[in-house]
Amino acid sequence: MIIEKTKLAFQDLFPATEPEPPPIEEPDEEVEEEKGKKAKVKKEPRQNGVIECNYAVHGYHLDAQVAPDQLIEAITIVDEAEFFIESITGVDWIKEDQIEVVYDFSRYDFQTCRVVIRTRVDRDNPVVPTITTIYAGANWHERETHDFFGIKFDGHPHLIPLLLPEDADFHPLLKDFKA
Amino acid sequence: MSSPIQLQPDETFVLNVGPQHPATHGVLRVKMEMNGEYIVNAETVIGYIHRMHEKMGENKTYPQYLMNLSRMDYLGALGYSHGHVLVVEKAAGIEVPERAEYIRAIMVELNRVASHLFWFGAFVMDLGGFSPLMYALQDREYILDMLEAVTGSRLTYCYFRFGGLYNDIDDDFIDAARRFIPRMRKSLIKYDKLVTGNIIFRKRLEGNALLSKETCRKYGASSAVARGSGINFDVRKNEPYSVYPDFDFDVPVYHEGDSLARYMVRMEEMEQSLRIIEQGLDKLPDGPIMPKKKPKLIKPPAGDYYQAVETARGSFGVRLVSDGTKTPYRLKLRSPTYSNMHLFDESCRGMMIMDALAFMGSLDLVIPEIDR
Repeated sequence: MIIEKTKLAFQDLFPATEPEPPPIEEPDEEVEEEKGKKAKVKKEPRQNGVIECNYAVHGYHLDAQVAPDQLIEAITIVDEAEFFIESITGVDWIKEDQIEVVYDFSRYDFQTCRVVIRTRVDRDNPVVPTITTIYAGANWHERETHDFFGIKFDGHPHLIPLLLPEDADFHPLLKDFKA
Repeated sequence: MSSPIQLQPDETFVLNVGPQHPATHGVLRVKMEMNGEYIVNAETVIGYIHRMHEKMGENKTYPQYLMNLSRMDYLGALGYSHGHVLVVEKAAGIEVPERAEYIRAIMVELNRVASHLFWFGAFVMDLGGFSPLMYALQDREYILDMLEAVTGSRLTYCYFRFGGLYNDIDDDFIDAARRFIPRMRKSLIKYDKLVTGNIIFRKRLEGNALLSKETCRKYGASSAVARGSGINFDVRKNEPYSVYPDFDFDVPVYHEGDSLARYMVRMEEMEQSLRIIEQGLDKLPDGPIMPKKKPKLIKPPAGDYYQAVETARGSFGVRLVSDGTKTPYRLKLRSPTYSNMHLFDESCRGMMIMDALAFMGSLDLVIPEIDR
């Protein structure tokens, strides 16, 4: 029940039934010769949208990928449906020159539904809006993600290193990080 | 001679609690802005023993990383290992023999009792009662001896393997566990008389640090913190994994939301864990503890996998992003105390410092698990 309801709410974020236009940076990568060789390995980037996942395989029910400017709307949907925040993290997709920010949500009641919300930003300018205005508990999670990936959470009240030393200017979970 | 410092009526000062304060149970620091005895604002500073477990996850192969999980929460380490092996087994499609899953559940529950016992002793010690810690440690010692005989270590276990276990349990263990259950039940009655009914104890905890359901939801609190606030949430029931659906056990829930409710939840959880151990020993099937067919090299297919388990401290989650190689592409560890501790800053405003320390004790903190 809740899975369908949340899925429908997410689908409203993507008004046209056809997927959003592909990202513009794609042609640029084709021009670069060095990356052209690797282009064979690179698979088609995922379109924004919501998909229902096999819980037994992946461990979550809904997987929504949104654009960074749709993030607040998407988080509001799960907030209104009374989900609790599980965690925020990042994944560095260096081959695609993007960083993915992953938000996990789950429920306290017995209508089990795990929701993953993802958004992708460019590696050279990773900025996403903060969700601390909706979930106060996102504060530490966002600071941690900032520590590890250098993602800037726009509007975060206190974006200083949390787990790393206070003068840290490195981001250890980036794939090109050298100790 | 200097004259004594005169504070103006609304003047505040900053009190630094930790990072080496006994009440913080490890290297945790809280900067408290105080107005007299009352906290105006607090900022928790963590990260003093941050070891970057998640980076280690990307550098080590799957079996090499097994031992890292028990270095997170040194009191209830097996629960964390359980989450890790479950997510890798799910991703790589490894079948686990039933006997192995039963033994895992028994071990995790024993570890949970040990963890709660230590918390019980330390919590009462925070409030000024010393002897319950000694009783609790004595009972915990029985569990550690049992676990040591089977797993080979007392705290930082590396007992679970992908697909099964390192060592089978023997009759000595089963006898010891069967003897332990009635002993522990007697102890729980003793603790109840000694501590729960104590008037000083109750006066300090009743109405202390009320947490609403909404606060828990916004911060993602789990374990006794959520269950003490009337939220019936236990991953073992809400998202059954392993062999937990086979067991008959209850999830204690209290609606008061104060520190006493969190205390009561954990004390009753120990009895529920004993019930699970008892049923596990009764139902324990025969058979192998490792699967017959297991890939030599663990290489889960590319994809994104998540597994949540209920550890002694709450909902622990592992997110595994695999790219099909022998090391994970990304391994995220969602630690429960991280979320539970986070709500301290907001909730302790306006409290007296001694109440705040009681509140901190009721959150059941293990610092290496927050810092990872």
